[in-house]
Amino acid sequence: MLLSLEPRAQPSRLMMLLSPVLAGLLTLISGSMLFGLLGRDPLQVLHTLLIAPLSDLYGIGELLVKTLPILLCALGLALAYRARIWNIGAEGQLLIGALAGSALAVNIIDMESRWALVMVVTTGVLGGALWAGLAAWLRTHFHANEILTTIMLNYIALNLLLYCVHGPLKDPEGYNFPESALFGEASRLPTLSDDMRVTIGVYFALFVLVAIWVLAQKSFLGFQIKVLGLDRRAAGFVGFREKRLVWIVLLISGALAGLAGVCEVTGPIGQLVPQVSPGYGYAAITVAFLGRLHPFGILLASLLMALLYLGGETAQMSLNLPMAVTGLFQGMILFFLLACDVLIVYRLRGKKRPRSIMARSTGAVLHQAPAD
Amino acid sequence: MDIDLLTNVFYAMVRTGTPLLLVALGEMVCEKSGVLNLGQEGMMLFGAVIGFMVAFSTGHLWLGVLLAMLAGILLSLLFALVAVHLNANQVACGLALTIFGVGLSSFVGASWVGKPLEGFSPIAIPLLSQIPGIGKMLFAQDALVYLSFVLFALVAWIVLRSRIGLIIQAVGENPNAASAMGLSVLRVRTLAVMFGGAMAGLAGGYLSLAYTPMWAENMTAGRGWIALALVVFASWRVFRVLLGAYLFGLASILHLVAQGIGVTLPANLMAMLPYVATIVVLVLLSRDTIRTRLYAPVSLGQPWKAGH
Repeated sequence: MLLSLEPRAQPSRLMMLLSPVLAGLLTLISGSMLFGLLGRDPLQVLHTLLIAPLSDLYGIGELLVKTLPILLCALGLALAYRARIWNIGAEGQLLIGALAGSALAVNIIDMESRWALVMVVTTGVLGGALWAGLAAWLRTHFHANEILTTIMLNYIALNLLLYCVHGPLKDPEGYNFPESALFGEASRLPTLSDDMRVTIGVYFALFVLVAIWVLAQKSFLGFQIKVLGLDRRAAGFVGFREKRLVWIVLLISGALAGLAGVCEVTGPIGQLVPQVSPGYGYAAITVAFLGRLHPFGILLASLLMALLYLGGETAQMSLNLPMAVTGLFQGMILFFLLACDVLIVYRLRGKKRPRSIMARSTGAVLHQAPAD
Repeated sequence: MDIDLLTNVFYAMVRTGTPLLLVALGEMVCEKSGVLNLGQEGMMLFGAVIGFMVAFSTGHLWLGVLLAMLAGILLSLLFALVAVHLNANQVACGLALTIFGVGLSSFVGASWVGKPLEGFSPIAIPLLSQIPGIGKMLFAQDALVYLSFVLFALVAWIVLRSRIGLIIQAVGENPNAASAMGLSVLRVRTLAVMFGGAMAGLAGGYLSLAYTPMWAENMTAGRGWIALALVVFASWRVFRVLLGAYLFGLASILHLVAQGIGVTLPANLMAMLPYVATIVVLVLLSRDTIRTRLYAPVSLGQPWKAGH
C-alpha cells in the first residue's frame, strides 16, 4: 500500500463537515457506475432521480411533504444518539403515533370544532412517546439493550397497525379494504395552499428544529446529554443522572416520531392505511448521521433524503426502475460516510520509501525511541 | 394434544428455528472475537436474494446456496473493512450494513418478486423418521436442515475443543495480550466476521430456497435481529444457542399449536409473538448485569489498533 493512516493530533473540524459531502459524491459515482453496468444512461438516471422532481412548484411541495416526517424523526434520533442511546425505533414510534391518532380521529369524525385536530395530534404525539417510553423503561429498569428492544417494538408496532386496519379500525363501509374511514374535515391538517399537499405540519417542524437546536446546543440539559454520550463514567462522577437522561431523550424522540406519524395520517393521507410509512423511520437513522447529529445539518440531510424518495418515485414511473433505488442510495451513503469519517481522526499519508539503508535504520531507531 | 400434532409441532419448530440457529452461530463466533456485527439482517437478505436468483436462473439449488454464502461474505467484508480495519464505530457500521443490505437486496431482487421455485424438499430417512414424536423433527427434514446440524457440531467443536476456538477467544477477551503472543488480531477478527457473513448468507439462502422457496422484499422479517438477541440469551454458549433457536422457532409457530387445539387469534397478533418473546427474554436475562458482564467477551464492540 502506498497510503497509510496516521492519527491526527486533533480531530479535524474540516473533515467533520466535508465527510458527508465526500460521501455524497462517492455515492453518486458508484451509483452511476451501477446504472452503467445495468445498461442505463447514468446521467439520465441521476437527472430523473435528483433534478427532474424539483422542476416545478408542485414538485417542491411534494419534497416538503416527504421532508416533514424524515426531519421530525431524525431530529429526535439525533438527540438520542448524542447521548449514545441507539434508538432504532423511530419507525415503530411513527406507526404508533399514526395509529393512536387515527384511533381517536375515526371516533370523532362528526366533530366540527378545531379542537378535534388538537386532540388527534396530541394523542399521536403521546402514542409515539409511549412506545419509546417502553424502551426507556426496559432499559432503565431491566438493562435491556435499547437497540434490540426498539427494533422488536418496530415489528410489534407494524403488526399492531396491520391488525387494527384489518380489524377494529377498518372502515365498515370500505368494501373490505384494509383502511380506516376517512377522517372528518376538522381533524385534518390544513394545507399551505389549495393546489399543494404540503400542510401546516412544516411549521411544527420548523418550531421543533429551533427547539431542538436550543435544547441540544444551548441548554444545560443538552450539555448533560452530550457528556453522557462522550463518557458515561464522567457523567456519573459529576452527578448527571443517567436514567433520567435516558428517559428524556427517548421520550422526546418518540414524541417527535409520533408527531411525524400523526401528521402523515391527518395530512397527506387522511385516513389510516397499512403503508403509512415507506421506511421514513429507518431513513431517519441515515439522516441523523449524515447531518452530523446537528439540527441544521439534519435539515439539509432530510431534504436530500426526501429528494431521494421523490426521485425514486419518478424513476419508477418514467424509467421503470424499482423504488428500492432509494434504499440502495441510503445504504451506500451511510457506508461511505462512516468510511470517510475515519479521516476526521486520521490523515492519509503517502508512505515514504526509505532511500538508503542508513535512512532506514535511523528511521527504525526514531520509530522505536518514543515507545512507552 | 395428540401425538400427531406434537410430531408436527416439533418438526415445524426445527424448520423455523434453523435460520435463527445458522445466523446466531455465525454471530456468536464473530462476537467471541470481539466484533459486534449488527448487520446480520442485511447480510441475510442479500444472501436470500442472490441464492434465489442463482438457483432460479441456473436450476441448481446448491449453486444458489453457495452463492448465497458468498454474498454474505461479500457484505461482511465491507463491514470488516470499515469497522475492523478503519476502526469505525461497530454499532453504526452494523446499522449501515443492515440498511445497505435491505436496500441492495430489494433493488437487485425487484423483478424476481413472487416467482415460483421448486425448493429443497424433505428427505425422510427410512425407519428413523418413523419414531413417534421426534422422528419427523430430526430425520424428515430437508438437506439444509441436516447441514445446519453438521454446522452446529462443527462450530461446537471449534469453539469448545479446538485451537482455533482458543485463538478466537483470546482475541475477543484480550486483544492486546493476543497480539503480544503473536496473533494477528485484525486477521482473526476479519475471518470471524467473514464466517458470520457466510452463515447469515446461508440462513438467507435457507429462507428463499427451502423454508419458503421464493423471494419477497424483507422476507427475513427481523430474524437477523432476533438472532442477535439469541446470542445474548445464550450468553455466548453454543449449546444454549441451539436451545434458544428452537425455542424461538417454537414461539414463531405457536399459531399452529393454537389452531391445533382449536383457538383462533388474528394472524397479525400471533405474528407479534416472536418479537414479544425476544423482549421478554432480553428483560429476564439483562436484569442481572453482573451475569451479562461475566459471559460477554471483554472487548466486545471495541475497535482495536496495534500499539494502543
